[in-house]
Amino acid sequence: MSRLTQVEERPQMNITRRDALAIGAGGIAALAFAPAAFGATADEAIAAFTGGATPGEGGIDIKAPEIAENGNVVPIEVNAPGAEEILVLAPANPSAEIFSVKFGPAAGAQRFSTRARLAKTQDVTAIARMADGSFVMAKRTVKVTVGGCGG
Amino acid sequence: MAAPKPRVKVPKSAAAGEPFTIKTLINHPMESGQRKDKQGNVIPQKIINRFTCDFNGTNVVDMTLHGAISTNPYIEFDAKIDAAGEFTFNWYDDDGSVYTAKKSIALA
Repeated sequence: MSRLTQVEERPQMNITRRDALAIGAGGIAALAFAPAAFGATADEAIAAFTGGATPGEGGIDIKAPEIAENGNVVPIEVNAPGAEEILVLAPANPSAEIFSVKFGPAAGAQRFSTRARLAKTQDVTAIARMADGSFVMAKRTVKVTVGGCGG
Repeated sequence: MAAPKPRVKVPKSAAAGEPFTIKTLINHPMESGQRKDKQGNVIPQKIINRFTCDFNGTNVVDMTLHGAISTNPYIEFDAKIDAAGEFTFNWYDDDGSVYTAKKSIALA
């Protein structure tokens, strides 16, 4: 009986410890990311990309996992038929821009897939400039268990 | 660090005008400039900042990479061809190096 209680107790204690560590790490991470002085913020990057135009909706699609256990390697795919250029942002990263891509005449489809680092849970944002000069935007929430930006 | 070695997967042949997928991978640390070493000094950024793919001199994609792209960048996209020829892939490093790969493709 006493053995059983021990077995039961141990994992619980571990969880508490782990929680405490997680809270501690979260606090450090929050401190590290607080000064948004690194890189461009998402709003700045969007403004620079669109030139102040308000992006519409639809015609662009982001594929990303709902929950990313490892923020260091998050597969992201953006599909925007008819786009000339796509900008992809992680607004809560220390530097918001992930990548931008221009499609040339030999592109088979306006689809692009890569792997990104996400610091924490956030809405991955993609904006496409279409051939007619209009902009469309899409967002997708990705939950990040372990952030991927070092500290 | 091992010298970056690009790897590219292109089909041997493709039908004219029919889109197909190209996959590329290159080993590179993609040091984001956010990390610190044990002494607390920031490790300077060293990433591949640009990737291009051209087919017979015509651009397929031109990508700008930032620090948020993962280590060993994997890139996948679609291309189409109307003649046999050669794809040229270029990765531009922050330190000025350019890593190049070439792949020929036939018309099916």
